[in-house]
Amino acid sequence: MKDAPTHYCPGCGHGLVHRLICECIDEMGLRDTTIAVAPVGCAVLAYDYWDFDTTEAAHGRTPAVATAIKRVHPKNLVFTYQGDGDLAAIGTAEIIHAGNRGENISVIFVNNGVYGMTGGQMAPTTLLGQRTATSQFTRRSDKEGFPLKIMEMMQVLPGVTYLERTSIHSPKEVINAKRAIKKSFQTQINGNGFSMVEIISPCPTYWGMTPVRSMKRIKEEVMEEYELGVVKDAS
Amino acid sequence: MKTRYLSTGNEACAEGAIRAGCQFYAGYPITPQNEITAYMSRRMEETGWTFIQSESELSAISMVFGASVAGARAMTSSSSPGISLKQEGISYLAGCELPGVIINVMRGGPGLGNISTAQSDYFQATKGGGHGDYHSIVYAPASVQEMFDFTYKAFAKADEYRTPVMILADGTLGQMMEPVEFDDDIEPSGRVTKPWAMTGAKGRKANSVKSLLLGDGVLERHNEKLQEKYNEIEEKEVMYHDHDTDDADIVMVAYGTTGRIAYSCMNKLREEGVKIGLFRPQTLWPFPYKEISHLAAQGTKFLVIEMSSGQMLQDVRMAVQDDKRISFWGRLGGGIPTEEEIIETVKKM
Repeated sequence: MKDAPTHYCPGCGHGLVHRLICECIDEMGLRDTTIAVAPVGCAVLAYDYWDFDTTEAAHGRTPAVATAIKRVHPKNLVFTYQGDGDLAAIGTAEIIHAGNRGENISVIFVNNGVYGMTGGQMAPTTLLGQRTATSQFTRRSDKEGFPLKIMEMMQVLPGVTYLERTSIHSPKEVINAKRAIKKSFQTQINGNGFSMVEIISPCPTYWGMTPVRSMKRIKEEVMEEYELGVVKDAS
Repeated sequence: MKTRYLSTGNEACAEGAIRAGCQFYAGYPITPQNEITAYMSRRMEETGWTFIQSESELSAISMVFGASVAGARAMTSSSSPGISLKQEGISYLAGCELPGVIINVMRGGPGLGNISTAQSDYFQATKGGGHGDYHSIVYAPASVQEMFDFTYKAFAKADEYRTPVMILADGTLGQMMEPVEFDDDIEPSGRVTKPWAMTGAKGRKANSVKSLLLGDGVLERHNEKLQEKYNEIEEKEVMYHDHDTDDADIVMVAYGTTGRIAYSCMNKLREEGVKIGLFRPQTLWPFPYKEISHLAAQGTKFLVIEMSSGQMLQDVRMAVQDDKRISFWGRLGGGIPTEEEIIETVKKM
């Protein structure tokens, strides 16, 4: 990890997830072989923090870029870092098909239920009843549809090896999220194919609440919709 | 030792890529370029490299981005509607200064159009195409041999300038069969080292390849650097063929399949004693402005022929700077100019 001032808002989960990834890479001794693909979204500047090779992708095409990098360098650790807009909206086709091809890559999917970078618009993962910049009357199932559960959609794909949904709302969950990231990387190193770790993460700025209240909201509201745990494990 | 093969334009293009050292191909089915994808699915496997039939054109060009940023030679191919989708990724390639080869076997448009031959993507190919201030090098083959030669060359130029390169072919060239000749042990074209590539940062600082440049003035400086590169390409990379232009009163300007038709017309008209020549651009960007301007200085008239409503025509007008001397004949929506139409147009000039 580089020693750089953060651009993230106070209480944002991205910085914490960045650190977990870097800790895993250091502990596993993978810094020299890691190649990351940053998304379009709040984490677009990930390469300013990570001290390993990192490139960008067009919005949502992150798994397509990672697919090709891994095919060119099959021995390197290749992972994507994607938000819920990048992965669950504009990049739905890319994530499903990368999983279905069983690409031997890792996906770190940070789900905070809004588009943070552009000003807190509704995401596919926004909860019902949640007010955002583009769901001013809150998200209603009859007009805006339901929160999308990519993990559950992907578990039916034979090409997908390991899926786990985690959170960072408490120290215990942070430790668990780190374990899941490590397991995803190990799955790839073992050549066992596609894995994805979803991390429920707070966005105090666009949830309109304090960082502490945001952590509580994850536990009390978000986890009601997005159940934590292993969704699939064939590793 | 050179061997002659009978090949379609599409397959010659694909083999040109293989011989150039293409290490990664991603494509999505669309007519009239499907022979490239099918051929690559076999040949990439045989050469030990990667073929992926992607879920979309958007994904295919992003896979080219990924392979390219990883240091490999990469290509995708499509036809007009698919090329529209690829503009996203082409803009990213240009912005990140990544090499990549894109084949457009043009068909009729707009929209889904038809699957006949056309040249109506000229503006898209030569004036940027995607968002931002950029150019791709654009080659315009007019034979199966040039489909092979230009694709082979495209990989070297893409690497040399770190820029996307497009082969702007058309449905006729893709589907027609002609002999193509190349050295059996031809070596990959112009290899370069890529210290910027994503390979894992062993023994060096971490690389980052990106087009997002938020710092004060950084993006402007990046764009200035891109423009310097484009100036250099305009200076060095113009290619064209001219036939009998020295003594010509009339010069036809046409590329690709239209260039072939114009060539036949020229021969017929010459037999009738008409002093007519043909100027066939082989690069559409950079466009041979200077060379056409030079012909204009001889006092010649020009007839621009295209399978469009007059897109290259705009570049010829810029070169000639005298609209009164320029005539145009174009067919639209998959229509092909006939020799009779062209000869009649010439006789009216």
